[in-house]
Amino acid sequence: MSDRDAPPRDPLAPRDPLAPRDSLAPRDSLTEGDPGQGRMSIESEPGMSRSSFPPRLGEPIIEVKNLTMGWGDVVLQKDCNFVVNRGDIFVILGGSGCGKSTMMRHMIGLETPMKGEVVVAGMEQAMQGLGPPPYGVMFQSGALLGSMTVGENVELALQEWTDLPRDAVHAVAVAKLRLVGLNNVDSKMPSELSGGMKKRAAIARAMVLEPQLLFLDEPSAGLDPVSAAELDELVIALNKELGITMVVVTHDLDSIFRIGQRCIMLDRQSQTIIARGDPRVLRDESKDDRVHRFFNRLPMQGAA
Amino acid sequence: MTIALGGSISLRNCANLWVELHRTPMKPGEIVKIDLTRVDTVDGTVGALLVSFRNELENSGVHCEFVGAHDSPAELIKLYERGAVVTKRQKRRAQGLLDQLGAATIRFIVEMQLVLAFFGQMVMGVFLAIRAPGTVNWRDVTPTMERAGADAVPIVGLINLLVGLVMGLQSATQLHRFGADIFLADLIGISITREIAPLMTAIIMCGRTGSAFAAELGTMKTNEEIDALRTMGFGTMRWLVMPRALALMVVAPLLTVIADLCGVTGGLLVGMYRLDLTFQAFMQESQRAIKMSDLTQGLAKSIAFALAIAMISCQQGLATTGGAEGVGRRTTAAVVTTLFTLILIDVVFTILFEAARVR
Repeated sequence: MSDRDAPPRDPLAPRDPLAPRDSLAPRDSLTEGDPGQGRMSIESEPGMSRSSFPPRLGEPIIEVKNLTMGWGDVVLQKDCNFVVNRGDIFVILGGSGCGKSTMMRHMIGLETPMKGEVVVAGMEQAMQGLGPPPYGVMFQSGALLGSMTVGENVELALQEWTDLPRDAVHAVAVAKLRLVGLNNVDSKMPSELSGGMKKRAAIARAMVLEPQLLFLDEPSAGLDPVSAAELDELVIALNKELGITMVVVTHDLDSIFRIGQRCIMLDRQSQTIIARGDPRVLRDESKDDRVHRFFNRLPMQGAA
Repeated sequence: MTIALGGSISLRNCANLWVELHRTPMKPGEIVKIDLTRVDTVDGTVGALLVSFRNELENSGVHCEFVGAHDSPAELIKLYERGAVVTKRQKRRAQGLLDQLGAATIRFIVEMQLVLAFFGQMVMGVFLAIRAPGTVNWRDVTPTMERAGADAVPIVGLINLLVGLVMGLQSATQLHRFGADIFLADLIGISITREIAPLMTAIIMCGRTGSAFAAELGTMKTNEEIDALRTMGFGTMRWLVMPRALALMVVAPLLTVIADLCGVTGGLLVGMYRLDLTFQAFMQESQRAIKMSDLTQGLAKSIAFALAIAMISCQQGLATTGGAEGVGRRTTAAVVTTLFTLILIDVVFTILFEAARVR
């Protein structure tokens, strides 16, 4: 795991004075209900720490072990096991209500598993409440803070976790918004944006600390085909240019085939992962009727 | 038995059909044919009703089939037959007393768990805040102070002035009968500073600010904004709860001082215009009667009240689930719980101060 055989470093990432952090820290729910702080340690190192360990493609960045999730008596998924590797565009698929988004919420530590665990690389600081988690998240609705402008939403994490001066923070925020295709929106309120623009702004906000891992919850849901396609291209570009590992929750077939490199498919009835692998291969070769119907957009038996 | 239908049946004229079908006597084991040969058109509602009627009959052991339907009615009926499962509708039974009691107990336990978890997180948050003070959202403190404090001055002042007036008027007559007019200053001064001003201020703060906190955090919770903050590394306690609590604990005593002044002014007005006391006499008597300890007791209480308001409203807000209705429910709960807690705190403080004074 030496840095020598690592692929080229993310050009935007500052050099990191810290040793590479390889160990995977186990995580249950986070203390104080949140992935906490990093100001103290960040003060001792210039720039941002998160992007600093170079992406070593192919290594596991997330391990989900025997995860059972649900609430009360309701079990959504049982004994899920899978690994997300660095550099992947990993897609979580499944029909409505099968627990895709809940799976993502478990992976980012917002829910406590009924059983099993989720291990995310580089969680040490966040675990102690002493740093931001090493990933960014785009929620389905965007979840921009309604009381702040779009620009302030993007600037927030930079202001908190870096010692960049104010004008630099603003410049970065504007650049990130431009990267996702949003110009001149930084002084607008989130309520003034369309659904697609909110999602884009949320992606800009999620990647503002140069995370090596991005979670996207239904990025193309509710978007027109052109915006959805643009968002797909953005995801691919971010993955290719910056080496960001992507975990995408979606059931949009076009998007899955365009961006997905590996996937798991969850099923509500059997409460398990019913398929895993390259979505294109699954579409063409899977013998499982449920998988076949999903990828070929066919109704279940009894219909049509 | 054959039931023949005819003409165009639609949503507008199918009510009678439904009633008539149900009035027709049928025995289990019978075979009922619904003849649709002379039906010109039906709409979706009629299709749904016919299928539902047939399912009902099948459930009660009557065999039923549609005959003679031509293209369009047949297609519609087929559409509604898809996925129709023949099940007996179960009547919802009213919950018994024991069931209700059990459900309420479970709800209470779950609620207590939430409250305890909140306080656990709060303690953790305080520790982390001491360890890394930069992670507390200090920026929110002053705007919150303005909204909860400066903006509340007019209403706090007015209400306490009126309460002072009312108390003065109510007691003026009684005092006058005993020739104890001047003691109005004692009565008003002590009761306002020790009890009324802090309590009235807290009640106004609960209604104005506590409800706003609960609704604000509740809406943020349902919009996933709180989750988003957490995934950016912002602690809920340090980012949202602490600045609010701190702001209230600073402004509550300040508002209480204003409330003290306004309440006493109310009493003064009654004294001057109802009991013909002079300004100087009232002031001298007030100065003699109101001790520093009365003031500090009131202010100490107001800080405790402020903490309770902030904690309960934030806890309720963060516990919100289930959209707009949930926000409303939690906001109501926040205000009611806070009011009850304020009185409880008041009782405890009064007992403690009394005990301290006796010694």
